[in-house]
Amino acid sequence: MIKPQSAVIIGAGHNGLVCAIYLAKAGYQVQILEANQDVGGAASVYEFADGFQAPGLVNVPYGLNAKICRELQLDLHIQNSPSVEQSISLGEKGEHLILTGNQVSGAGLSDKDVDAYQAFKEEFTRYAQALQPLMINRPPRLKDMDRRDKFTLAKLGWSLRFGLGTESMREFLRVGGINIFDVLNETFDNSQLKAAIAVDAVMGHHMGPRTPNTVLTYLQRLWAQTEASTQLNSGLDTLEALKRAAKSAGVSIRINARVNRIRLENDVAVGVDLESGEQISASVVVSNTDAKTTFLDLVGARNLDAMFCHRVDNIRCKGNVAKVFYGVKSLPKFTGLSADQLNQRLLIAPNIKYVEHAFNAVKYAEHSPNPILEITLPSLQDSALAPKGYHIVSVSASFAPHTHKLGWDSQRKPFVKHISSMLEYYAPGFVDTIEVSQLLTPADIENQFHTSGGHWHHGELSLDQSFMMRPLHGAAQYNTPIKGLYLCGAGTHPGGGITGVPGHNAAQRILETKGKN
Amino acid sequence: MKKYDAIVVGAGHNGLTNAAFLASAGLDVLVLEKNDYVGGATASLELHKDWRYSNCSYVCSLFRPEIYQALDLGRHGLEVVPLQGSVTFKQNGDYFGSYHQSSVKRREIARHSKRDADASIRFDADLMKWCRLIRGFLLRTPPDPASFKIRDIMEFAHLLKSFYSLSESQIYEFIRFFTMSIAEYLEQYFENDTILAHYSGGSIIGTGLGVYSPGTAYVLLHHAMGDVDGNIGSWGFARGGMGSVAAALASSFKSRGGEIRTQAEVAKIAVKGKRATGVVLTSGEEISARAVISNLDAKRTFLNLIDAENLPEDLVRRAQNFKIRGSSGKVNIALDGMPEFPALAKGSPLTLGHMHFTDTLERLERAYDDWKDDRWSRDPYVDMVIPTQYDPSMSPPGKHMMSVFVQYCPAEAEGGWTDAKRDAFGAAVIDQIGDYSPNFKDLILHAEIRTPRELEAEVGLTEGNIFQGELTLDQLMFNRPFPGYAQYRGPLKNMYMCSSSNHPGGGVMGAPGANSAREILRDFRKTNTTPEDFGDD
Repeated sequence: MIKPQSAVIIGAGHNGLVCAIYLAKAGYQVQILEANQDVGGAASVYEFADGFQAPGLVNVPYGLNAKICRELQLDLHIQNSPSVEQSISLGEKGEHLILTGNQVSGAGLSDKDVDAYQAFKEEFTRYAQALQPLMINRPPRLKDMDRRDKFTLAKLGWSLRFGLGTESMREFLRVGGINIFDVLNETFDNSQLKAAIAVDAVMGHHMGPRTPNTVLTYLQRLWAQTEASTQLNSGLDTLEALKRAAKSAGVSIRINARVNRIRLENDVAVGVDLESGEQISASVVVSNTDAKTTFLDLVGARNLDAMFCHRVDNIRCKGNVAKVFYGVKSLPKFTGLSADQLNQRLLIAPNIKYVEHAFNAVKYAEHSPNPILEITLPSLQDSALAPKGYHIVSVSASFAPHTHKLGWDSQRKPFVKHISSMLEYYAPGFVDTIEVSQLLTPADIENQFHTSGGHWHHGELSLDQSFMMRPLHGAAQYNTPIKGLYLCGAGTHPGGGITGVPGHNAAQRILETKGKN
Repeated sequence: MKKYDAIVVGAGHNGLTNAAFLASAGLDVLVLEKNDYVGGATASLELHKDWRYSNCSYVCSLFRPEIYQALDLGRHGLEVVPLQGSVTFKQNGDYFGSYHQSSVKRREIARHSKRDADASIRFDADLMKWCRLIRGFLLRTPPDPASFKIRDIMEFAHLLKSFYSLSESQIYEFIRFFTMSIAEYLEQYFENDTILAHYSGGSIIGTGLGVYSPGTAYVLLHHAMGDVDGNIGSWGFARGGMGSVAAALASSFKSRGGEIRTQAEVAKIAVKGKRATGVVLTSGEEISARAVISNLDAKRTFLNLIDAENLPEDLVRRAQNFKIRGSSGKVNIALDGMPEFPALAKGSPLTLGHMHFTDTLERLERAYDDWKDDRWSRDPYVDMVIPTQYDPSMSPPGKHMMSVFVQYCPAEAEGGWTDAKRDAFGAAVIDQIGDYSPNFKDLILHAEIRTPRELEAEVGLTEGNIFQGELTLDQLMFNRPFPGYAQYRGPLKNMYMCSSSNHPGGGVMGAPGANSAREILRDFRKTNTTPEDFGDD
């Protein structure tokens, strides 16, 4: 006998947590099942070497969406840790650019570029905000729309036509589908500045600055940032807050409980089978993992339409970013940076050509000879991550293929060595301070966090896999062809980045179909 | 002094099409051309004694049969010989042939992959669906999304209606088709790398994009559209070379009372109080007209022909930012005989169609990487045809003319083009062909090598871009050439555009010229003489 209004959620990533809290608050009995030994998914802390903790995959989360924080009454300032407000693009000769909000400063920047940057950020923020009706909502269907779909479309149309106005709308329609490279060339002269912006558009995606679509990925990121609750707060704070909110809402979380199968009866999802053999029943099954894992592994192709499976198979979700954690004896000394700038987000992407070249390699299943690096020092915010006196340097390196042409086994060492030597160049003496290090390739990320491909967003955020086609049409409104089964992970609209919005939208969807099941 | 009804600047095929439709409606039209021949990029020139080269464009792509009919081009001497089939030579000595006959094609695909032979049935059916939908938009003026005019709203309603004739899932698949890269789109169907490369190649022709760049998939339509019409002639050789297209258009235009002046380069469009009043030639001569229509690309039109002070400020910026990126080159070769291709059986019909030598997606994409860094592709993608197999009028008996289109070739080779660099580029192409045809190099009597530098200088295509502007989403439909100016009317009163910089873009198609004529006749309150719909549906 299945209890009505009971939900089981597969995966305790932040989207699973957000979805769980909403459901619990609406009176559902919610159980989250997590395969790993800690909650948080890609944002969870784990020990990567004796005494050294890795703060999860996410260097700089955009921050949980403000609406969600408000509705769930999350208290995000537990540790009062300093927030990351700046991106500092490191110059090859110590000429750094500092990007703060709409401002940019640094040696070698012309006044024209400084002004252009402010105008650019303001204009693009307006585009991002114009998309708001589409984002924190289920993406509308384009045919057989219900009232809500029509309302969303009408709001979007209104927001584009009247929110933006004639000129901005035209400009938005022009640039919306193209690449960031052309837009940057139209707007700026300084190549290092172009690169710093381009990194936001390509990092985590299988795209280079010249790839059409990168304006969209940039807007997605900008939207997440502008709608974030606070300034970029640490991922750990977010997770702690979510955990406590889940607890007080009565959500039960089981760790080390790996789901093997989603159980169907008469083509309706009725619960899950755990690896241990235990069966758990629920009226609603929500999957926080990606679509491929959900449909092909947990549901099984034989329970689905062949064409649907074919399309699931074709979802592009190969990760492109590797992660390197270093445990170091002392803080790195970057040339030209003061000690208090170390808690910002540091970038190594000296010019736009460098970014494009970094991307070239991954097209042929090789890692970039000179990758883009995004560097943070999480132990400055949370000293408990490293033994006393030691520090953690967390590096995201783009691009690294999921499956290496030459095999990752032989390429791991040279890749890490190269990244270390790059850091040595910008922070002389760095290599000698390295105590321990760990490399997570996209394949490692896949294994460790149970998402196929190890992609940041559980699937490319390209136009053909966005909005009403995310993760694929037929399952884009969080419900799936299997009655009672829902998706709530980053693979769904509007994509990843610790915003919690997919979880929120999924819960909304489940609650509005309540009673219709 | 005589005042014309309309002056068309540039006698490219769109300019001539435009002029012919205007003349059909009884207007007094003058076409001005800077070169001593008409046609622009659709020309046949004798560059080597007794050889006629289609030295720029080399095939008719999608030339609308409606235009052919409406302008009596057949009577004026245009004969299009259908071009069928294509082949990709593999590095291992094998080949993949795409035959025109569908069952033969399927058999050949199965030789490379059984799975792909099955997939090709689904692929052909899907492609057919998109063709039927999209071709209805080619001969229409795109609506302005920011306008509240009844005509624009009705046009949008028409767009939506045809869109909604699809099922929901087809709608999404259609959007995906329009936004995906050609390689990723094809990978949904096919697994064999040669087959993938063969069908991907056509999508990068003339663009500054690679096979993995989103937005390249829909170009497939350009290749499939002819078949769907049941009018295979829409892809083909013009007998006598591409100059015959221009000659027929010019003849049709003149028979309608039109006048053409060659070696008459326009320096400026004359403007009085935000109104175009005529043109000024480089010789200083002034000619006045009620309307001036530019067949030049958007950059030349707005940055060269009209003084900036006469234009809205944002328009100058838009024209500067308009993307015209040279990415292709051309090698035209006079041959002493027919080159042998040992990979093919003797007498194989595959030499009659397009020939390619790039057999993997990786090679295609690497060719693009070179271009991104301002280098010509060391291992380029070529589209090679030998039209003299059909058309003996272009070379002496027993001899042949070969036309090799080359992707990629940058507008600015690192440090600028020199004659030595141009020749090195040509050598790279000739070497590639020589790898697959042992007697080829010995047969060469004369070769003309054209990089974007030559294409710009001779034909007047900015950066040598064959489409007069990239066909990316920001420059398609109501965004082409600029948002707000996609209905062929310029920023000045009485000024119009009819080049490929306008919807629906490039290829020897004639549609921009015809669409522009429709709008002009509308403003002149004349009966429309352009074809409205499809005769074959």
